[in-house]
Parts: sequence; C-alpha cells; structure tokens
Amino acid sequence: MAQVVVVTSGKGGVGKTTTTAALGAAIAQGGQRVAVVDFDVGLRNLDLVMGAERRVVYDFIYVAQGTVRLHQALIRDKRLETLFLLAASQTRDKDALTDEGVEKVIGELRESFDWIICDSPAGIERGATLAMRHADIAVVVTNPEVSSVRDSDRIIGLLDAKTEKARRGERMDKHLLLTRYDPVRAGRGDMLKVDDVIDILSLPLLGIVPESEEVLRASNLGAPVTLNNPRSAAARAYADAAQRLMGVPVPIEVPNDRSGIFGKLFGRRAA
Amino acid sequence: MATTQQSRSFQLHGRTFLAFVLKPEMPIGKWIAEADGWLARSPGFFDGKPVVLDVSGLLLTKAKAATLVEDLAARGIRVMGMLGADPALSDATLPPLLVSERTESDLSRDKAKTQTPWRAPALPGSRLIDSHVRSGQTLFHDGDLTIIGSVSSGAEVVATGSIHIYGALRGRVMAGADGNPGAHIFCRRMAAELVAIDGYYRMADEIAASLIEKPVHAWLEDGDLNIKALD
Repeated sequence: MAQVVVVTSGKGGVGKTTTTAALGAAIAQGGQRVAVVDFDVGLRNLDLVMGAERRVVYDFIYVAQGTVRLHQALIRDKRLETLFLLAASQTRDKDALTDEGVEKVIGELRESFDWIICDSPAGIERGATLAMRHADIAVVVTNPEVSSVRDSDRIIGLLDAKTEKARRGERMDKHLLLTRYDPVRAGRGDMLKVDDVIDILSLPLLGIVPESEEVLRASNLGAPVTLNNPRSAAARAYADAAQRLMGVPVPIEVPNDRSGIFGKLFGRRAA
Repeated sequence: MATTQQSRSFQLHGRTFLAFVLKPEMPIGKWIAEADGWLARSPGFFDGKPVVLDVSGLLLTKAKAATLVEDLAARGIRVMGMLGADPALSDATLPPLLVSERTESDLSRDKAKTQTPWRAPALPGSRLIDSHVRSGQTLFHDGDLTIIGSVSSGAEVVATGSIHIYGALRGRVMAGADGNPGAHIFCRRMAAELVAIDGYYRMADEIAASLIEKPVHAWLEDGDLNIKALD
C-alpha cells in the first residue's frame, strides 16, 4: 500500500524542500520506490535540491492536464534508481492546479510507488491545501521559534479539517520534525526548548535536525543531504527520521552544544 | 421547471446570529479615546466581525449618531445595527434599528416590577471536544463546552454557557457569549490571550502573573471579572 506523505509547515524557509529531498533519498536507499513531488507551482525548488533542474521536460501540470503520461514527466534520480522526482511548473501559477488534476496525479503515483512525498508550498492557501489533500501522513516541519510554531499549529488545524482523511472522519497521522535546531543557541536559552515546542504542538516527534552547513552545501551541490554527506549530523538525523517514518523505533538524539557531534542520547517522550 | 425556480427565488428567513455589542458612554469623545487605547492593545480585534451599537440612554441626535458610526468605521469597526435607539434615529443613512428582547432599560424595568433575577435560557446541552483547538480555528457552541485538549495561541473558543478546558489555554475564550453572566471558565493551565464572560473581558497583560500557567477559575461577580487559582 502506497503511503502519501505531505511535508508542510505554514511558514517559509523552515526546511520543507530540504526535508522532502532528504527523507525521499533516505527511504529510497532502502530499496523502496519513492516519488518526491513538488507542489510549489511557480516557485519550484525541489528540482534544484535534487540536482535535476536541467532534466525537467514535463512537470506536474502537464500530467494533471493529461498532456503527457506520468512516466514521461517523472525524472529518475542519477544516484538512486528507486527515487523519482515530479517537478512543479515554474511558468504557471497555483491556479493551474485543480482538485481533479491533483487527485488524478496522486492516484496514478499510488499505483507505482511505495512512498509519495509531497513538498508543500508555504502559506495556507490553495497550493498548501492541495498538497495535503490526499496525504495519509503529515510531516510538520518546525523551527524552534515562536512564529514557526504558531504557523505549524495553524497548519495542523488545516490537516485536521481540509484533507480527504479528515473528510472521511479519520485522524491524520501527524509528526513533528524540528529543523534548524542550533545547539549553541539552545544552550544559551535563545531558542524555544524542544519540550516547549512538543508541549505547544502536541505531536509525536519524528526527529531533531541540527542547523548545519552541510545542508546548505548539499543544496548548492544539488544533492539530498542524506546522500551528499551521510555522516554529517543533519544527514544522520534525517536518516533516523526516515526510519521512524517507516515504523522502525530509533531513539531520538538531541544535538548538544559540541558542534556537529551528537552527545548524550536519551529516549524522548513523544507527546 | 422554470416556474418552480421562480417560486423559490425569493425566500425570507428569520435567523439568529451572534454579534458583538458595543455600549458607548457619555461623553462620547472620552469613550472613543478609551476605545482607541483598547484597540491599540488588540489591533484587528473587530476585523470582519459584526458589531451592534447599544445607544440606549445616550439621547443621540441624528448628526451625533452619524459621527459616532463614522468614527467607528474609521477604526475598522463596522456597525450593522443600533440597539435601544430613539425611533427618530430611523434613517436610511444610519445602521438599522434593532429591537432586543433585553436592553438595559428593559432589564431595570423588569427588576423593578418582579425582583426575580434574570435566568439563563435553557441550554440545548453540552459539547465535548476531545482534541486541541489549533491556531486560527474558531469554535462556537450554544451551551456548555468542555475541551479535553489545549486551546492554542490564535484560536478562539466561544460558548453561550460555561467553558472547561483540561489542557493549556493559550488563545481567546469567551463564555456566556449571548449575555449570560452566570457562565464560568475553568482551565488547567492559564496562558490566555483574552478571557471574557458576558462581554466583561481581561487581556493577557491584565491577568496577574501569579496565575500564569496555573489552573484557574474565572467568573463574574457584580460586573467584575474574577480570576482565581484553583487549588
């Protein structure tokens, strides 16, 4: 049974696209068939982070409108043969996405993939609600600061109201992924504490990804961070998060203030 | 087919809606200044919300009423009707006059006549919410409301009866919303942005710091909103 995951946050710049690419690559490394789908029509980025920007011929909108077949628009990753990208259109705007078009594309993807990971645009408008509409699982990406936490809270409300799962009266499976966690600032008390974020959002924690130069470097090189430098702290945090998403219990590590090195690890209560 | 459509095209229903009731006091200039102070602390509170102006006892002239409505409009408060106004104020340029079953002058007359205290109307029942109320969500219930989860910052919970919150209260909460001074608010962790009962409200800054993060009980007594720690 295919799992449709939406990576969402409300706020921009928190790491949705990085997360989509990193989780997609980590799951595909285990041999499962993964499609990463960019829903950010008009402001696409996932192709850059995946290093496939020169290979986009057809995009989501072409498939949604029935101009081309799905397999013509899917771009196979050069490093992992079970990882595919469906790019967003850069020349259109979000009105080009229709309910029927999205339903058709997600339905077709479900037939040939184990995991479909949807990179939501920021905001709470049409693009974001369409990205979450058909999801089975939501990964809510949050930075440990108040505006990001409030926006995530808003998005969680929408996940419980505007998705097909909610419409059927089922409860959306939601996970919290804390990104851009800075151990130094956390040590100084300049950032929201992990426990405070969990307390406010009341979601089970999928992982804590430290703020890292590696993430930026990987993006610039066009590679998911989990592939570019698998031994970096951020890559390991994403790899562990991918394991948890697949149902493998891995204890959560809180990055400590010795930069880049994981210190003491302890099992954390998931709210 | 065409005929049935025609007969259905004009329908008139009577429906009850909730609106905020603002009660200006004389002198109007001073009241507007106070309203400005309040709006500065809660910008956008009235955005898009229906507001009714209770002008009973103000003895406004048509010109003064028009100025008041304009002054409020300039502050983003849209007046949809006037309550307790002199019928002489009925004018196409002013908001329509509304008739309430319970204006203040009626109440005092009733009290003089019977002495029986006003009683809350029979409530259709209580409602239980077993999840969190998230930022941006508004919950309204005609009756008592119990929430097992938390109410997030930026969420709004409104009930005509009492409100019980077993999680943290970080948003806005309004009990006794259609004029029930007997409504109570209970919460297990107080961090509210606004607490109101029957229109009497307290903003976050006006809630004693000693109550923050504590389990509290809020109720009205002689027009005073009391908030005490539950222990």
